Amino acid sequence: MSKRVGIEVSIAISEAVGLARAEVIPAYPITPQTHIVEHLSEMVANGELDAEFVPVESEHAAMSCCCGSCAAGARTFTSSSSQGLSLMSEILYIPSTMRLPIVMVVANRALSAPISIWNDHQDIMVQRDIGWIQTFAENGQEAVDLTLHAFRVAEDRNVSLPMIVNIDGFTLSHVIEPIELPDQEEVDKFLPPFKPRYKLDPRRPITMGPVGIPEVYTEAKVAHDKAMKKAKRYILKAWNEFEEIFGRRYNPVESYRTEDAEVLLVTMGSISETAMTAVDAMRDAGQKVGLLRIRLWRPFPGQEFRKAVGKTKILAVIDRCLPPGALCGPVGAELRSLFYKIPGAPKIFSFVAGLGGRDVTVERFEEIVDKARQFAKKRPRELYEVIGVREK
Amino acid sequence: MANSDAIVGWKTITFGCHILEPGNAANFRTGDWRSQRPVVDKEKCIKCGMCWVFCPDMAYSQDEDGYFVVDLEYCKGCGICAHECPKDAITMVPEEG
Amino acid sequence: MIPEFEKFKGFKAKNLPKDEPLSSGHRACQGCGEVLALRMVMKALGKDVIVCNATGCMEIITSPYPHTAWKVPWIHIAFENAASVASGVESARKVLARKGKIPKKHVDILAVGGDGATGDIGLQFISGAMERGHDFLYVCLDNEAYMNTGVQRSGCTPYGAMTTTSPPGKKSFGQVTWKKNVPAIMVAHNIPYVATASPAYFLDLMNKVKKAALVKGPAYVHIYSPCPTGWGSAGERSIEISRLAVETKVFPLYEVIEGRYIISRKITKPKPVTEYLKGQRRFRHLDEDHIAYIQRRVDAEYEKLLRLAEMG
Repeated sequence: MSKRVGIEVSIAISEAVGLARAEVIPAYPITPQTHIVEHLSEMVANGELDAEFVPVESEHAAMSCCCGSCAAGARTFTSSSSQGLSLMSEILYIPSTMRLPIVMVVANRALSAPISIWNDHQDIMVQRDIGWIQTFAENGQEAVDLTLHAFRVAEDRNVSLPMIVNIDGFTLSHVIEPIELPDQEEVDKFLPPFKPRYKLDPRRPITMGPVGIPEVYTEAKVAHDKAMKKAKRYILKAWNEFEEIFGRRYNPVESYRTEDAEVLLVTMGSISETAMTAVDAMRDAGQKVGLLRIRLWRPFPGQEFRKAVGKTKILAVIDRCLPPGALCGPVGAELRSLFYKIPGAPKIFSFVAGLGGRDVTVERFEEIVDKARQFAKKRPRELYEVIGVREK
Repeated sequence: MANSDAIVGWKTITFGCHILEPGNAANFRTGDWRSQRPVVDKEKCIKCGMCWVFCPDMAYSQDEDGYFVVDLEYCKGCGICAHECPKDAITMVPEEG
Repeated sequence: MIPEFEKFKGFKAKNLPKDEPLSSGHRACQGCGEVLALRMVMKALGKDVIVCNATGCMEIITSPYPHTAWKVPWIHIAFENAASVASGVESARKVLARKGKIPKKHVDILAVGGDGATGDIGLQFISGAMERGHDFLYVCLDNEAYMNTGVQRSGCTPYGAMTTTSPPGKKSFGQVTWKKNVPAIMVAHNIPYVATASPAYFLDLMNKVKKAALVKGPAYVHIYSPCPTGWGSAGERSIEISRLAVETKVFPLYEVIEGRYIISRKITKPKPVTEYLKGQRRFRHLDEDHIAYIQRRVDAEYEKLLRLAEMG
């Protein structure tokens, strides 16, 4: 029977990885992911999890080690954040095109400079194009559930792509929440043992990672892209199976009080819960406001998002990173592309908030909605606005 | 390294770009790289096998009489075998044309 | 005392394995000493091996899609991380065997990298893998520069050598520092077995590779690999140069077994370094003073080695 406990989200994630029977865990510590890997090494040391915990000497080594272990046929997990994730950059593009289903939890944290240990989405937005499936968790329960879902999807023989679950650093990783931890029997029903399509084995010698000469490179990348698109079907199927076994429903895009909304806020990750509180407050004050939360970031669920927007004419998109010199943040850019020249498309206004751990409060969301309404009447000069920045 | 064998489509390319046929590089005849080839004088040859040991292209094999024979499909004409032969039984001879 | 070595009889010229785990048709240059060394390594190991290869000449010439010269399982991920990939393969197979998902039969895990991949960009990775004590062997094929990218200098480029990033000119004479001693760095990690080898002494090379594989834990073999293209030497002389390197004490052959240095081939009547340097265009620009320095330094390094071996 599953049990409902008050538990730190990082620890709960480790428990989920244990329930998933991960086999090789190469990991390097970085704030704020440390509790995840610490607890996993404890579980292995106590014999609670039959796995190899590999205390590698850098994040780059962690991801390299993951590639070797996954290619050899073991269920592989790691976790990182910010600078560590950046250090892995060189390698991240490799297991995805090589179809190695590694699962990684990223505790989202701002990037240096200046060095910051606090939460925003820079670290993962820099890795937008690595070709991994990516989801965002809003709370501790989601963090656990999406981790289990990640193993199921990544290793599905129709998918076979690595997957990242994003959790906001500190805001989620270090809070204690009431979480329902599933029991081993339920997880085993949801997650069968890893059976890779190919693996390194002298009984069947194959070559992995050859030179992709120009005659073949384009086809290799297109095949990967097609696999990403095809994966959506299996991502959704796995969420259906999850609901059947665990009773909790997940969708690629979640709607909150959107039915007759004039303005829709768009968020990803833990600020979504504050946004829901803000929407309730604004609704109580008579405003027709709603919220869309993007849970599946890659492959981007365009169809589901358009459907969720419905007839609403104003979108206020919140990006939690600020790419200097870009026209607007990545989520804003994605949505503008999605709706470009679509008849009846909403007006899309981009906002940047919550950089480097700065709180995004209910008041800020109200400010964003106000501004979005103003911009709808008179086009803003800039394509995005940074919320909550002091001038002097 | 243009290779017509690599003309595959995105639907037919191997999973993960893996190569599933071990040792299929043998389909590529490196023999046409050479400008000279080894010729063995069987009178001098003592069947020591140094030519076989020191060939970077695995081009030598042993026949039923124990002599080492070069496979001209792969021999690149580097000349290591001739240089190392303890009995100077191998001469490098220019390829015509 | 390494118990596995007691039973090891060693390869002899008459019982050399006939199997070729590497196929013909690879794209190495004519007279490539590195692929010849690699061939000897693979013959020593046989079929029950998984190879983790760093980016470099050997990786490129053996795996141009859709061709592979490898008849054993092989993986390439990136340039610096062969040791980490091997750590992952080793850890995976340990767990899978324990859980009964794969047969318990031992399979060697081999990480292969060039001098750059091992001693420069890969130094962190091999250090970590050695310190963690994974059961694998690392073979460094040392052609003394970043050859695959066009002959740029590495930490293992010898003193005075011309490379494209240490070219001799009005203000410089080529590589200004002495060759980095990567085997010594490996010895400092207290791993059970470290060895150096040269393809000219193929039995010695194969025996060392086999012993490295027999060790339960990490082992390292550093193999001298002539590159006619990068060194400006004649392809046919690759084995001769591999022999001269040893005979002139430029590249001494030794093993370090549980910290004890054992010289494989004591050079009592060394040839002068000039015999080694000539015939390699990368050294052609050196003057008498440089060559005298090289001779002094080679002698001093060899003396150091003899003293280490005496320490027993």
